[in-house]
Formats: sequence, C-alpha cells, structure tokens
Amino acid sequence: MGRTLIEKIIGSHTDQKVRPGNIVWMDLDVRSARDFGGGNVVANYHRHYGDQPVADVEKTFFTFDCNAPANTIPYAQNQRACREFAREQGIKVFDVDSGIGTHVLLEEGKITPGCTAVGTDSHFNIMGAAGAFGQGMGDSDIAYAFRYGRTWFEVPQSIKVTLEGQPSIFATARDVVFAVLRHFGSSGALGRAVELYGPAIDELDLSGRITVASQGTEMGAISLLLTPTDAVLEELSRGPDSQMKAVTADDDAEYEQTHTINVEGLGPLMAAPPSPTNIVEVKEVENRKVDAVFIGSCTNGRYEDIVAAAKVLKGSRVADGVNVFVVPSSRKIFMRLLSEGWLEALMAAGAVVSNPSCAGCASGQIGMTGSGETMVSTSNRNYKGKQGAGNTYLASPVTAAKCALAGCIKT
Amino acid sequence: MTKKPESFRGKAWVLTDSEGEPINDIDTDMIYHNAHLAETEVEKMGRYALGNLEGWEDFPQKVSAGDIVIAAKNFGCGSSRQHAVECFRALGVSCLVVESAGAIYRRNAINSGFPLLVAPGITKSGIETGDVIVVDIAKGVVNCPDKEIQFSAEPFSDVQMEIYRAGSLFDVKPG
Ligand code: SF4
Repeated sequence: MGRTLIEKIIGSHTDQKVRPGNIVWMDLDVRSARDFGGGNVVANYHRHYGDQPVADVEKTFFTFDCNAPANTIPYAQNQRACREFAREQGIKVFDVDSGIGTHVLLEEGKITPGCTAVGTDSHFNIMGAAGAFGQGMGDSDIAYAFRYGRTWFEVPQSIKVTLEGQPSIFATARDVVFAVLRHFGSSGALGRAVELYGPAIDELDLSGRITVASQGTEMGAISLLLTPTDAVLEELSRGPDSQMKAVTADDDAEYEQTHTINVEGLGPLMAAPPSPTNIVEVKEVENRKVDAVFIGSCTNGRYEDIVAAAKVLKGSRVADGVNVFVVPSSRKIFMRLLSEGWLEALMAAGAVVSNPSCAGCASGQIGMTGSGETMVSTSNRNYKGKQGAGNTYLASPVTAAKCALAGCIKT
Repeated sequence: MTKKPESFRGKAWVLTDSEGEPINDIDTDMIYHNAHLAETEVEKMGRYALGNLEGWEDFPQKVSAGDIVIAAKNFGCGSSRQHAVECFRALGVSCLVVESAGAIYRRNAINSGFPLLVAPGITKSGIETGDVIVVDIAKGVVNCPDKEIQFSAEPFSDVQMEIYRAGSLFDVKPG
C-alpha cells in the first residue's frame, strides 16, 4: 500500500510501523532552540541530565531571533544561559546577528528534503517548504531531543489538497495561502499533514514556498508539505549539481481527505482582525485608515518579498503619518538587499529598516500599535495583543507596501 | 514516587464568553501572554493564567486547587510556550478537558505529565461552571453526578499514559 509524504519521511527515520495514529520513536536530523524557550531548554537539560553531552553537537543548534539583540534583561539572561551551555557542549549558536532561525537553518543547508527537524519555534513546520518534516515543540521536548536525538511522534493523517486554476497576476504566494486558510479555517486541518499540489504551487520559488508553509500552524496543521521541484532543489543547495533529492508521496498513497481549492483568477486577500483565518478580499476593507506597516517575519521577510515591496515604494514617499517598518529575515538577505540598493530605496521612501530578526512579529521589537491604531503586517498572526493594542490586518508585502503609500488599505 | 491519580473530582470552569458561549481557538497568547515569557519558575506562572482572555483575567484569583478547566475546540493553538500548560499546574488545576487541542499544546501537556483529556462535544454536555465533576483519564469518562451526566472522552494513548505514570517525558527512555 502506498504511503503519503509524511509517512515516507517518518518511515525513513524509524524502524516501527508507520500508519496514521501509530506512535513511533523517530530520529531527528536537526534539533534547535531559540532565545524564546531556549533558556528553559537549558534549565531542563541541566535539571535532568546534568553535564551529560548532547546526542550529537553537529545536529544541535541555537538560533536567537525572537528578541535580537535582547532589549529586556530576562531575554538577555536567557540568551546568556544558551550561549554558556553551547560553549560547554560545543554547540553552534546562530547569534543575534543572524536572523530568523528557521530561515538561517534553510540557508545554511542544514535542512534537506525528507529530513526531520524540531525546534522551540511553533513555525518550525516551515520546513515543509523544502519537503521536509519540521515541528515546533515545547522546551521539555527539545531538551529531550538534544539529549537523545529521538522523540515520540504520532503519525498524523494526511490530507491532499490540489489548487486548481491560475491565480491572477496580482496574487502573490501569500494570497494563495490565504485562499487555503479561507478553505480550512483555524482548525480545519487540525493535527493533519497537508500536501499541496497544483500549478499555483509548482511555479513557486523557495521563498514563495516558505510563505505558504509558514501558515500551516495558523490552520492547526502539523505541517503543509510542498514537494520540491528541480528549481527548488537547486535553490536549496545553491547550485545545479546538488545531491539533494526530493522525497515524494507514492501515487497510491492513502489520504484521509482530498480537497480541491479553486484559485482561478485569485486576487489579493487579507486577514482582518481578530484572527489569521478571517480572510477577506482587500476590496472589502478598502480605504480603512492605516497607521503602521510591518514588512518582514518568517512568512514574508525573504529577499523576493522585500524587493516586491521596495518596487512599489521606490521613488515615492509613504503617506504622512504612516510608520513603515522593514525587517529582512536573515543577515544574508539583508546584505544582498543592502548591496543592491533596495534598502536605500526603502529608507528614502520613509521606511525604518532594522536588523534581521522576528522583529514586529515577536513582542514589540521595532514598535507596536496603540489602541485604536491600525497596522498592516506581513507577519503570521493578528491575534489581539500580538502586535500592540491596535488592530492588525495581515497582507502580502505588495499589498502592505501599497497601503503604506496610500495611508489606507488599498489593492 | 507516589502513584499519580488517574481520576479527579473537582469544580468545573467552562471557558465561555460574555454570552455564555464556549470559546473556540483560545490561543497560547490568551492563556499566557508573551509579556511574561521570561518567567522560568512554574510557581510564579499561575498569576498570569488566562490573563489575556476577555472576561477571564481574574481567573487566578477565583480558581481553587483541584478545580478542572473545560474548554472548546482548538484550545492552546498558537505558539509552543510550555508556560501555557504550566500556569494551570501552578494554580493547582487538576486536569484540562477540551474538545480538541492544538498539536503542540497537547504534546506539551503529555510530556509534562499534566492530564489533558480530549472530549469532543463536552461543552454541549450540560456541564456548567460550578458543577462538581469526576474525570477518569484511563477510562476516558467525564461524569457530573448531580446532573446525572456521563460523557465519554478519548482515553489516554499508551505513550501518554506511560509518560503520565512515569512522571514526565524525562522519566522515560526513548524506544
Ligand atoms: S517571525 Fe513571528 S512567527 Fe516567525 S518565528 Fe519569528 S516570532 Fe515566530
């Protein structure tokens, strides 16, 4: 009997029988902790394992992105505890200069298609963009993974989704995944592995796939999995002569559910407050006044995302009274945008550009809204209180940049 | 180690909104706001429980040790913070009964040996805040003797039970 993508990935990391609902012990290729949760990972590790070595330092990482550089003493203490532990154990730290952990691990070639990776970031399933299994876990889980390199996992049911049709030229990867969120809602894919197929997926580059995969958490999915094309494999390995191979689902795999979503002619969408699945057409909320715009995060902080926004803003000025924040997701991306002049164009248009990190997406770095203010953000979530006391609309970088120019919501 | 209980008797708190409707999608920011994430001592986490859930900000003052929290669908969706589980333990809440839970949240509860029972439909069972209920995690049943309600839930899975009985994830070796 055929196996789904997640069943194949888990199956190559365990000797146990992989069937939906079975709990298996599986090997983990990457285990990572960030500054959020990292302090507790270290505390748990010390408490339970003392100074015993981690299972494999080559597969163990710290990435500091949540509060980078630390602007509160507790965060600074957490980071210090992680650095100290890393030094003792010989673990690599991608420190506060590096950028968002999941992106850095992808850039550094630590994530390969079909691998298994866990971290203290609930968006670790973003690795689905590379056809890999990623999972966010709590700090006990990660301490355990550091020590043993293995963990238990319940094999999820799989859903196969085919996107039919061709989105309009105004739609970006973010709009495509908004359409998927509109279909499933906040819990429609709860606990499921979701495989995405169709022409609208095939044509996405790695950045677009990262945008899509990053929204799995918002629909309760274990992961959104995209099978890499040859072009994506080249991007992942930064060259055509890669040894990387995609793991693919079997043709006769058994899915719990199959869905088709029509994306023919799809235009720009947004998620209106109060939740990331409250999807609306931009037209429906057009002309609402905007006070702040944030472009960045693990969903839309890639090179291509920031260039798309910069193209809208280049040579113009953001509207009076609108504060615009731009934060590339990694140091490499920042450097490239810098040397190609995109950051200069953004600054000239009136944006604040800040160092690579989660920034606006994590608590209050690079600014929050006050009550009654409205932010348009390319981050993952708009739950109440997440990005300040005001309202947050989620949008693609292009839509966000247009709103910055207009001073109100605009298509 | 003394054997951990597998059945709990306590007063129920059903997480409902101002209209009395059970609240779905209570995320970890509502359960335990990110402003308090730097806290590493479990005992101190209780005071922040449900601090960002409208109408429930005073929950830490109202709850008593041994009480049981009942919630609707997708409880604990959102981030991976373990604080959102530990804050209930800190208050002495004996167990959580939810219609469904976010995957990471459920895992965190299992790994820390905190009983979380999944009981689809429980918020429509007739059990209300203040009712005394009895929860059996091994059998997967929730009873409300006063109202003669018997509700069946999903019993603990083998790994969940193994970890729960051992204490926490740290007390089991990988298979
Ligand atoms: S950008 Fe936001 S969602 Fe992504 S890892 Fe950082 S805090 Fe989490």
